[in-house]
Amino acid sequence: MSHHIVEFKDVFFRYPDGTEALKGVNFRITHGESVGVVGANGAGKSTLLQHMNGYLMPTSGKVIIGDLAITGKTRREIRKKVGIVFQNPDDQLFMPTVFDDVAFGPLNLGMDEATVRERVRKALGMVNSLDLQDKPPHHLSCGQKSAVAIASVMAMEPDILAMDEPGANLDPRSRRSLIMLLKTFKHSKIIASHDLDLILDVCERCIVIGGGAVVADGPSAEILSNKGFLEENNLELPLSFQVRS
Amino acid sequence: MTFDTLYFDIGRLDRLSYRDTFVHRLDPRAKVIATMLFLFTVISFPKYEVIALTPFFLYPVLLLTVGEIPVRFMIRKIIVVSPFAVFIGIFNPILDTRTAAVIFGVALSAGWISFLSILMKFALTISAALLLIATTSFPGVCHALRRLGFPALFVSQLLFLYRYLFVLMEEAMRVIRAREMRSFGTRNTGIKVSVRLIGILFLRTVDRAERIYYAMLSRGFQGDIPTLKRSHIALSDLLFLAVMIAYLGAFRFFPITEEIGRVALELF
Amino acid sequence: MHMADALLSPAVGTTLWAGTVAVGGYASKKLKERIDDRMIPLMGVLGAFIFAAQMINFTIPGTGSSGHLGGGMILAIILGPQAAFLVMASVLTVQALFFADGGLLALGCNIWNMGFYPCFLVYPLIYKPLIRDSQNSGRIVAASLVSAIAALQLGAFSVVMETLLSGNSELPFGAFVLLMQPIHLAIGVIEGFVTAGVINYVQSARPELLGNIAAVSSLGAGISLRKVMITFVVLAVIMGGALSWFASTHPDGLEWSIEKVTGKGELREAERGIARVLKGIQEKTAFLPDYGFKPEGNDLKKAEAASAWPGIKAGTSVSGIVGAVIVLGMIVLIGMGIRSFRGRDA
Repeated sequence: MSHHIVEFKDVFFRYPDGTEALKGVNFRITHGESVGVVGANGAGKSTLLQHMNGYLMPTSGKVIIGDLAITGKTRREIRKKVGIVFQNPDDQLFMPTVFDDVAFGPLNLGMDEATVRERVRKALGMVNSLDLQDKPPHHLSCGQKSAVAIASVMAMEPDILAMDEPGANLDPRSRRSLIMLLKTFKHSKIIASHDLDLILDVCERCIVIGGGAVVADGPSAEILSNKGFLEENNLELPLSFQVRS
Repeated sequence: MTFDTLYFDIGRLDRLSYRDTFVHRLDPRAKVIATMLFLFTVISFPKYEVIALTPFFLYPVLLLTVGEIPVRFMIRKIIVVSPFAVFIGIFNPILDTRTAAVIFGVALSAGWISFLSILMKFALTISAALLLIATTSFPGVCHALRRLGFPALFVSQLLFLYRYLFVLMEEAMRVIRAREMRSFGTRNTGIKVSVRLIGILFLRTVDRAERIYYAMLSRGFQGDIPTLKRSHIALSDLLFLAVMIAYLGAFRFFPITEEIGRVALELF
Repeated sequence: MHMADALLSPAVGTTLWAGTVAVGGYASKKLKERIDDRMIPLMGVLGAFIFAAQMINFTIPGTGSSGHLGGGMILAIILGPQAAFLVMASVLTVQALFFADGGLLALGCNIWNMGFYPCFLVYPLIYKPLIRDSQNSGRIVAASLVSAIAALQLGAFSVVMETLLSGNSELPFGAFVLLMQPIHLAIGVIEGFVTAGVINYVQSARPELLGNIAAVSSLGAGISLRKVMITFVVLAVIMGGALSWFASTHPDGLEWSIEKVTGKGELREAERGIARVLKGIQEKTAFLPDYGFKPEGNDLKKAEAASAWPGIKAGTSVSGIVGAVIVLGMIVLIGMGIRSFRGRDA
């Protein structure tokens, strides 16, 4: 299907305070691909993600989702297609109970009550959190929160899933179950993370951002094993490639 | 009381409200209405009424026991907020020294009676409010308010406040701990430092609000916060309200307590 | 300081609830017309911020006791009156529920005292004219200080009036005012400095922020003095009307307190009531020669007692006390019964 495509065409972005965050970003992600976005702090990963559903608009260049370029008019349409999972689940889970939170998206799409309930059930089931639905988010553990955050996005049944640091703040076990979960998704996935092992596990392709532009784009296994290149970009080898000295 | 205990107290009260007992299962609307009626009835007794107030302790006691709420915790919470009412009330015995009654040879001034009345009203009203929130989840109360006609904007404020209360309190505690660790026992709690901390907290809060707004937009937010109806008035709710009204009405308008006493005295 | 349910009469409680609901409805309607969606999460999270900020307490110079931020003024300055009022109302609602600060009937009073005054009177009539879009930090301090003091004085005076009109307290007006106003002068000074400090801090750290929020709320600046005054006058008339209606239908509440405030009571009416009550008590105590209210000895004492307790209606008779003990005993038994029943269940 052609509409699960994400394409950045020569995207520039400058913040109102003058910071140049993106300086000509180009890439194209096709249907069903799973892509990791890595880069040092301040390289522009989050800014990049915020372009994917039109929260930020390019100063120049184009972002195309499916066959629509993001504009002020198409933004709403595009937000249905691209689900973004945020770094901090506390920002993402803004409703007072898990159920209300997962139902927020479907309700905004104007679905009727039965469909909404079905969507919520399905999304929570996907992340094994059905029993949490009446709880308030502040009674959940970090792992549970991030699972519910994913469910709240999945309930909208997006074509493309974008995630910002999904593994951050998770204990090893929750992180492992998150990785298993991500592997089961058939969506196009874009994952921005410092957790290079997670990227290596989940994504076959990897884009390295440095100084607001794409500095490398290729198979994860190849890029993430190139020690010299990674260190140049303030990154390091994934732990699984490191030999203990 | 330090704010640390305050924080844990809210958490505890909040957790209690998610229990599953008969009282917890009642529709929040029924409980909100019942609580307001109860408060109004208690407050409507005149200044020197003491005896007729006693039957009203039945309601909090029932909620406490059926709702399985820890008694000591509630009593402690009530005592913590008592200073203002006690402080104002204590002037009554001082200023109103007319002898109102002589009981077993001890003269009782009118001021003491009205002070006692204030204390009883205080215990009743505060426990009713606390028990409402201990037996009804806060989101439940909010939905009840919405459906009782409170403005949507106000109710969504309450929901956001509740959601981020715990998140921000934790953030504040981190800031406070950092201050304590770096003040090396000098209790660096001057206004200047505190103001700065509040300022930092404010900036973080505004940034957080921005991220939340982004999250909301990402999920199709268009200015309204939609929620599904979660509860329906059941027969038990109507029954609860009916019993409540009968109970309040009976003890408000008929001197039942006194009658009981009179009958008892006649018997013995 | 929070007004408490226990000190309140139904008339005063209802009147202030009515006023608060009216202002709240007006504020939400106004906001809904022109609000930027961005404000919705911001307002909610700022409500939580006020709580969190209250956790950061500080030592008040020279006293050793500790204080914390109230919040009304700072919200009004940041969000503008309508939004600030709603946020303050939600903060006080959560306080009433989770901390039992004040109680639910007194919530109307408390929102009025701590929300209406800073947002709708002090902010447009004092803060705005003093600050006049200046970003001078000295000016911010001065304006915040005056505003916070004014808001707290109004709030404290309202607590006095609400308590006295309710008639449950014996405190004379003068003493009460002398008690409350100076305390709140001190609290107001603190509140003013903290408010100014935070505003100035934000101004220096992120100068664009305050302007942005003000632009988004867009109401703060646009509100006209005349409109505020008209609203206030209308509300005052409504409240006055409601109060006098209650006064005529609930004499035991309001007249009592007016007697207290003005000092000239009309006791004749009351005495007639008491005489009747006394007679009743006499009859009741007749077959109980050893107990209670039958004053030991002669009619003279009885007469003394009669004049000594005007206005005290029954409710303290022996059978009343016996009844109360029985009722309380039964309540305790019921409670313990349910407990042990539950205990066996579990």
